[in-house]
Amino acid sequence: MKTLVYVDHDNANLGDATLATVTAASKLGEVHLLVAGAGCAAVGEAAAKIAGVGKVHVADDAAYEHQLAENVAPLIAGLMDAHDAVLFPATTTGKNIAPRVAALLDVMQISDILSVEGEKTFTRPIYAGNAIATVESTDAKLVITVRGTAFDKAEASGGSAEIEAVASTGDAGKSSFVGAEIAKSERPELTSAKIIVSGGRALKDAETFEATIMPLADKFGAGVGASRAAVDAGYVPNDYQVGQTGKIVAPEVYIAIGISGAIQHLAGMKDSKTIIAINKDEDAPIFQVADIGLVADLYQAVPELMEKL
Amino acid sequence: MKALVPVKRVIDYNVKPRVKADGSGVDLSNVKMSMNPFDEIAVEQAIRLKEAGKIDEIVAVSIGPAKAQETLRTALAMGADSAVLVETDETVEPLAVAKILKAVAAEVEPGLIILGKQAIDDDSNQTGQMLAALMDLPQGTFASKVEVEGDHVSVTREVDGGLETVKLSVPAIITTDLRLNEPRYASLPNIMKAKKKPLGTKTPADYGVDIAPRLKTLTVAEPPVRQAGVKVADVDELVAKLKAMGVA
Ligand SMILES: Cc1cc2nc3c(=O)[nH]c(=O)nc-3n(C[C@H](O)[C@H](O)[C@H](O)COP(=O)(O)OP(=O)(O)OC[C@H]3O[C@@H](n4cnc5c(N)ncnc54)[C@H](O)[C@@H]3O)c2cc1C
Ligand SMILES: Nc1ncnc2c1ncn2[C@@H]1O[C@H](COP(=O)(O)O)[C@@H](O)[C@H]1O
Repeated sequence: MKTLVYVDHDNANLGDATLATVTAASKLGEVHLLVAGAGCAAVGEAAAKIAGVGKVHVADDAAYEHQLAENVAPLIAGLMDAHDAVLFPATTTGKNIAPRVAALLDVMQISDILSVEGEKTFTRPIYAGNAIATVESTDAKLVITVRGTAFDKAEASGGSAEIEAVASTGDAGKSSFVGAEIAKSERPELTSAKIIVSGGRALKDAETFEATIMPLADKFGAGVGASRAAVDAGYVPNDYQVGQTGKIVAPEVYIAIGISGAIQHLAGMKDSKTIIAINKDEDAPIFQVADIGLVADLYQAVPELMEKL
Repeated sequence: MKALVPVKRVIDYNVKPRVKADGSGVDLSNVKMSMNPFDEIAVEQAIRLKEAGKIDEIVAVSIGPAKAQETLRTALAMGADSAVLVETDETVEPLAVAKILKAVAAEVEPGLIILGKQAIDDDSNQTGQMLAALMDLPQGTFASKVEVEGDHVSVTREVDGGLETVKLSVPAIITTDLRLNEPRYASLPNIMKAKKKPLGTKTPADYGVDIAPRLKTLTVAEPPVRQAGVKVADVDELVAKLKAMGVA
């Protein structure tokens, strides 16, 4: 089988989610990559070094600068005569583009796969991960999004794939990019952090969240996450949300502070290796998944922890 | 201009789903069902645009069993003007839902189609994007802000790194994220009024759409359960554990 992996990037670097997607694709067959962007030659070169990649298609055009789905989807659909499957990382970029490609190909997409069970058979979470479905596609082509935490990352070096330029399909003329507010943080990214400290509604407000959670995260060199309640209340920006409809994380250690453990939150973090919870309610559902639980008022426990670490 | 709002009847988000013992699916008998939360946000957004004078009519549509009428009545009670049920007892996959919605849209001729970003049962996150492809329209997915300006709509999107704003020509497809708005509750008088609002019924065959599934579900299983952990008595014990793990 010939597979095409969509590379998620910012025209300069490619992310870890793509490396996991390459691993998933390699279980199906030969792996080709597609880099669609503007001034993205460096990404193409980095992509060519990924171990196990056969070829890198680079579509470098102003129309692809912000990876607008309206412009990128026809490009990918055009490459699908020569490929049997296309896989996207389940990032917001992948989730935005993949279904548009699937519909152009008249194919039912398989979202957020956890494993490859056969040529056309995959597992995927449904109902916020409370059930795992094994599904088999009957379509001629496969369109898949891949959960990054479910696959090991392919080696970013060691490969020497051929780079081939692809002609642009141009600007569809339906949408344009206006601007972005992308937070710059010194802390590790959530989806690749080894340790994550997360705060919930109990953190009261943005100042308290900052003063309580951030120093602890810095002590561990950890990424910072949050529950939906904390994001909705404006303690932290949207990209901190962990859960069914936020980011899916699986760090070595996940420390949940003042988070009750609603199923939607658990869906995003219960594959973490070790879960630690601090909550003053001993019946909070978070304790059902926590490896180590501390029933305590976080405003006493966290400062004490800071002092004793 | 009109807004078309697809709403799905799903398991209530407060219910913990149970996998059937025979592995054929999730047990939905005697389970509380509600409107998909993202679709409530979509209905609310359409109503707000109507209140702001940007939309003059809201049509809600659901594809599902006869009981999905309840979901449509909820949309009508919130403020939608009319509703269409495309009735079927079969499971309809996002691709087929998108094809049916395309056919409904051909009749309604909406300027905006506002969907949820994701149905909380299948967690597909596909239908809006597929509909946009089938109708060859622009898409503003995972919206946290929507502003209609003349023949354009500006959509702020929740993306992995933060926020991104795109400008789309109308007609356009929008899918909602959690922070777009807080949906209203229907008042009792509005629930009564909703009973008199028009609710038409169709079938997928009326639109000539083949809903045969493309994905075969082989099994549905419980996820691996985590081993019960321990509770520590105090911070000292927690610190000791962290040290033993090598993280402190
Ligand atoms: C469609 C939909 C999608 C959703 N998606 C997500 C998602 O992706 N991610 C997500 O997180 N949620 C999501 N939710 C929301 C979810 O259902 C919960 O509402 C949310 O996770 C609750 O956040 P919380 O635990 O911070 O708040 P709460 O449930 O209010 O819990 C606060 C906790 O803090 C504890 N506490 C209070 N004070 C202290 C103190 N001083 N010391 C110690 N503990 C204290 C309390 O005992 C309580 O357990 C979604 C909901 C819906 C409907
Ligand atoms: N059966 C359905 N009836 C009406 N709308 C639907 C249906 N299925 C999906 N949708 C819409 O598509 C969105 C995304 O669903 P999904 O792609 O299944 O995650 C939902 O939030 C609804 O707005």
